[in-house]
Amino acid sequence: MSAGEKIDLFTQMVRIRRFEERCIRSYQQGKIGGFCHTYIGQESVAVGSISVLDKDDQIITAYRDHGHALAVGMTMNECMAELYGKFTGCSKGKGGSMHFFAPDKRFWGGHGIVGGQTPLGAGLAFALKYLDKKACSLTYLGDGAVNQGAFHEALNLCALWKLPAVYIIENNYYSMGTSLLRSSAGESLAGRGIGYDMEYEVANGNDLYTVREVTARAVERAKKESLPTVLEFQTYRYRGHSMSDPETYRTKDEVEEKKKFDPIALYQQYLLDEGVLTEKQMEEIDEAAKKEASDSVDFAEESPFPPEEELYTDVYVNDEIYLAKHGQA
Amino acid sequence: MQKVTYRDAVNQAIAEEMKRDELVCLMGEEVAEYNGAYKVTKGLLEKFGPKRVIDTPISEAGFAGLGIGAAMYGIRPIVEFMTWSFSFVAFDQVVNNAGNIRYMSGGLIKIPIVFRGPANGGVNVGATHSHTPENLFANFPGLKVICPSNAYDAKGLLKAAIRDDDPVCFMENTKLYDHAMEIPVEEYLLPIGKADVKRKGADISRVGHGRGLVTALEAAKLLEEREGVNAEVVDIRTIRPLDMETILASVRKTNRVVLVEENKPYCGVDAQVAFEIQEKAFDDLDAPVKRVSALDVPQPFSDPLEKMVLPDAERVFKTCLEIL
Repeated sequence: MSAGEKIDLFTQMVRIRRFEERCIRSYQQGKIGGFCHTYIGQESVAVGSISVLDKDDQIITAYRDHGHALAVGMTMNECMAELYGKFTGCSKGKGGSMHFFAPDKRFWGGHGIVGGQTPLGAGLAFALKYLDKKACSLTYLGDGAVNQGAFHEALNLCALWKLPAVYIIENNYYSMGTSLLRSSAGESLAGRGIGYDMEYEVANGNDLYTVREVTARAVERAKKESLPTVLEFQTYRYRGHSMSDPETYRTKDEVEEKKKFDPIALYQQYLLDEGVLTEKQMEEIDEAAKKEASDSVDFAEESPFPPEEELYTDVYVNDEIYLAKHGQA
Repeated sequence: MQKVTYRDAVNQAIAEEMKRDELVCLMGEEVAEYNGAYKVTKGLLEKFGPKRVIDTPISEAGFAGLGIGAAMYGIRPIVEFMTWSFSFVAFDQVVNNAGNIRYMSGGLIKIPIVFRGPANGGVNVGATHSHTPENLFANFPGLKVICPSNAYDAKGLLKAAIRDDDPVCFMENTKLYDHAMEIPVEEYLLPIGKADVKRKGADISRVGHGRGLVTALEAAKLLEEREGVNAEVVDIRTIRPLDMETILASVRKTNRVVLVEENKPYCGVDAQVAFEIQEKAFDDLDAPVKRVSALDVPQPFSDPLEKMVLPDAERVFKTCLEIL
């Protein structure tokens, strides 16, 4: 990586964190409703893995999707506005926190049902292979999703049909309030791939360099050999499962201990040691991210809600009969 | 014209569309090497090869979801459920992913996929294998639902469904697969969302879909022979979008209507149709809207019991007499 690329990845991680912190504030102020799952503590996983992709590679994730959305290049404005349910949001306010989409940036969501996106990721890989593209899909899921049947069906199909798919389990050790030990049998989560003869790897997800290296290996396998891989990146979320989580299932000490392995702090130290960035430059990047996040809140608050006419649009492509039925023709 | 069975009409529709568009592929359990559990996909593997005609493992959620993911990226998959009863293990994929993604993305994504297979009872296989879930899937805005009653409609509507850019649930019927009729040799498509008057009459309207429509036609004959009553029979054809105009025009002409379906009655398709008739043609009705559906029980295995559950021409005939 060039120094410029390294700085860009640092900037992306900082932007995600500052964006999420502003989300939390707006949520606590009652301006954002519904569910809101923040990505704080896991930034290195999305940023590192997406950074090794080429332009034809496709990305899909679950409901903790703000980080991936920013990492693929969606703007803070369109994301924040979506959280506010505003018309200027990426889905015109029809998707919300869990359902961000940007197909023009090869980002296919943002999916609310645990594990429900895992067959879709296989489908993206199927499509790439069908069209003879030398590309792969990255499908993210949480540690809780490994126990969904859909995930196993998807793995079997990927292995059976040799699809260029990479599954990334972001293991933050809690599926909502249930710890890994209370939810998942077996030694490793990525090891679920063994039953399907899939290559798998477990790595430190908080180390951006490690994430890049491990993901790059899997991506290369997908493109060169058309074979799937399951990766497990061990990481940690500092905040609750969602904003409404009282976090009675873990101690404050545990969270504080984990913060010692913060992905941004770790990467920051690498860049300082390498002489790529000075502390002053880092502060400038941080200030800029804070301002960008703060501006996105202003943008969201000033944006209009979707007009009533939007209610019945985007249900169907061929929607003449539907609209007529609802007096919208 | 050519005489073809419902089964072969479906096969022709798939073959013609696969020939026309290389993005169309077919996947499902036993669709390729086995030639289809009901032989609907016979010969397609030979014609189009294993890249496009794909046997799947028994993983409905997996391959339905895979098809949706591929459709998001521009492939146009036809996903066969060996029967629609098996779609229940893929329910989340069909409803949440095929049905909701377009709306949740603010219209950024389209999902041109067809889920198809038979959905019917009457074949003595018990409750798990005898579901008619057209009402369930039609309940979700974002999905389209089609239930053809004959070979001509099956072919024209399936071709339209494959070309449609929205997810379509296409429900066939194993009891109709052997029904043969004359259909054009030339290519034709039928519009989705258009009902069809299958029999003209002036005295009473019969509205149905799928095999319920066939039952309605049989009952129309009985009415004519025994009572000299001339019944009009309207085929709904597409459950969603629903063509109420054609149905209402018939009701306004005959002032009496009996709805016939193989769906279970509770919250069934005809509950919706009856509601819309009373709402829009209340003053045209000379009698209450009547319904003949399957009975409100899980499908029994025992043959005589199952025959009692399914609507038949005699039950429709008797119900018609109640309002004539």
